[in-house]
Amino acid sequence: MKIAPLFEAQAELTDTAGGKCAIVLTTRIRLARNLTGRPFPGWAKEAQRSAMLAESQAVVADLPQMKKGLSLTVEELLDLEKQILVERHLISRELSSAKHGAGVVISHDQSAAVMINEEDHLRIQVMRAGFQLKKAWNAINTIDSAIEEKLDYAFSPTLGYLTACPTNLGTGMRASAMMHLPALVISSQMEKVVRAVNQLGMVVRGLFGEASDASGSIFQISNQTTLGESEEDIIKRLSSVLNTIIEHELNARAKLMEADSSKLFDKIGRAFGILQNGRLLTSAEAMNLLSLVRLGVDLGVLPEARRLVVDRLFIEAQPGHIQYAAHGAFESSQRDQLRAQFLRTEFANFGPLDFNVTGKN
Amino acid sequence: MANSLKCDLCGKPATVHLTQIVNNKIHKVDLCEGCAQAKGVTDPSGFSLADLLLKSSLNAEPEAEGIRCEQCGATQADFKKLGRFGCPACYEAFKSVVEPLLGNMHKGTVHVGKVPRRALERKSLYDRLTHLQEELDDAIKAERYEDAARFRDEIHQVKQTFGEKTLS
Repeated sequence: MKIAPLFEAQAELTDTAGGKCAIVLTTRIRLARNLTGRPFPGWAKEAQRSAMLAESQAVVADLPQMKKGLSLTVEELLDLEKQILVERHLISRELSSAKHGAGVVISHDQSAAVMINEEDHLRIQVMRAGFQLKKAWNAINTIDSAIEEKLDYAFSPTLGYLTACPTNLGTGMRASAMMHLPALVISSQMEKVVRAVNQLGMVVRGLFGEASDASGSIFQISNQTTLGESEEDIIKRLSSVLNTIIEHELNARAKLMEADSSKLFDKIGRAFGILQNGRLLTSAEAMNLLSLVRLGVDLGVLPEARRLVVDRLFIEAQPGHIQYAAHGAFESSQRDQLRAQFLRTEFANFGPLDFNVTGKN
Repeated sequence: MANSLKCDLCGKPATVHLTQIVNNKIHKVDLCEGCAQAKGVTDPSGFSLADLLLKSSLNAEPEAEGIRCEQCGATQADFKKLGRFGCPACYEAFKSVVEPLLGNMHKGTVHVGKVPRRALERKSLYDRLTHLQEELDDAIKAERYEDAARFRDEIHQVKQTFGEKTLS
C-alpha cells in the first residue's frame, strides 16, 4: 500500500503527548491559497487540474518540511487508503471523493499536509498535539512563505488571499482545536456552549468536520470569519474562547464529582469493563467508551501515561484503520467484531482502575 | 394580509428564524422546516451560518442580467448556483455582487493580515521588466539608439539587483 509509511513513522497525532492541557487534544491551522491566472479547481477543466497538480505537487514535495514525506495523487489510492487518510485528518472528505487531478503531500511526522486541488488550489494544514495555536501558526507561516517563494499566489491588497468561496477570503485561515468535553455533554450543557461560542463568531463541529456528529464528546472549535482581522488576532480571539470552554468543562467535572462521584465513576468503570470484554463494538460506541476512559485518566483513576494510548485508539478504532489492521475489506458487523477484539487486546493490561481519588483534575 | 416569512433558500413558508449577533451586527435567516433540517440548523453540533447567509443572499438577488468573468467565463448564475467563484479574477468581475456580501460574512471588508511579500515583489519586478522591454523595442524600432542603450542598461541593472534567479 502507498500509505504504509504512515504507520511506520512516529506521528504527531498518535505518538505525541499533548502536554498539561488535556482537554485540547490537537490544534490545527489551515490556509487556503490559490495561484494567480488559473481557474479554481471546481471550475477548472481536467487538463488544467492535472497541470496544476503536477506543477505544484513537485514544488510542495521539495520543501524542507516535506523531506521524507509522502506525495500522493487521489487516483493512485485505494478507497481504504483514502478512508485512513480522512480518519487521520490528513485529507478532507471532499478531496477523497475527487475523481481526478487532486493530491496531497504529507510530512514525515504527519504534522503538516498540503492538499492540492481541493476547493482551493492549495490547502496547507499544520497540526500539533495539545493546545499549541502559536506554534502551529509559526510552523504554517514558514511553510506558506516557502511555497510563496516558488508559486504566484492570487492576492488582492484589499481582499487578501483570493479563495474559491468568499467565506474564506482575506487570511484564508481556519484555526481550530479538537476538544474533549465529556462533562459538558453528560450535564447537557453543550447546546448552551455551542450557542455562546457561535455568538462570539466561532463555529463548533463534530470530530470529522462539517455535519459530522460529536461521538466521543469530541468537538472542533474554529473561527468563522477570515477577512478584516489579522491571523494573530484571530488566534488570540480563538484562544480566549478555548480557555473559557476549558474552564466550563473543568467546572462541569467538579460539579459532577461533587454531586455524585460514584455515578461518574460507575460510568467510567462500566466503559472500561465493556472495552475489556465486549464482543461487538460499533465505532460510535467505541468512541464514547474511550471518551469515558480518557475522562478517567483526567480524574486520576488511571495513570497519566494512558491518555496517549486512548488518543491513539480514538484514531485506530475508526472503520478504515480496523480494516487496514485486519488486512481486508469487511462488512460493518464483522468490523464491529474486529474492533471489539482489537480493543480487548489493547485493554487487557490497561488497568487497574483506582477510584480512591478525590477531586483531582 | 400578514404575509408570513418565506424560506430564504426555497421560498416555502419559514418556520425557523435564526438571529446571530456577531460584532454588534445582526444576521437574520428564515428557513422552512425542511431546509433547516438539511442545513443542520437543528443539530447542536453546529452549522455554518456564514454559508447559509451566502446562499440566502444570493437567492434573494433577482435573476441577474448576467455579469461574466472574461478570464474564466463563469457567470453570475454560476456563482449563484455553486456559491464558488471560477477564478481569482472573478472577484474583480463580480465586485458589485460580492462586496455587499462581505460585510455580513466577515468581521471587516478589508484584509489586514499576512501579505505574500515575495510574490508581490516578484510581480512588480516582472511588470517593470516587461515595461522596460517594451520601451526598448519601441526605441529600437524608432532608431532612437541612445534611448535603447539606456533601457538595455536599466534592464540589466534591474536583473542584477534582484538576481536572475527570482525571475525564473
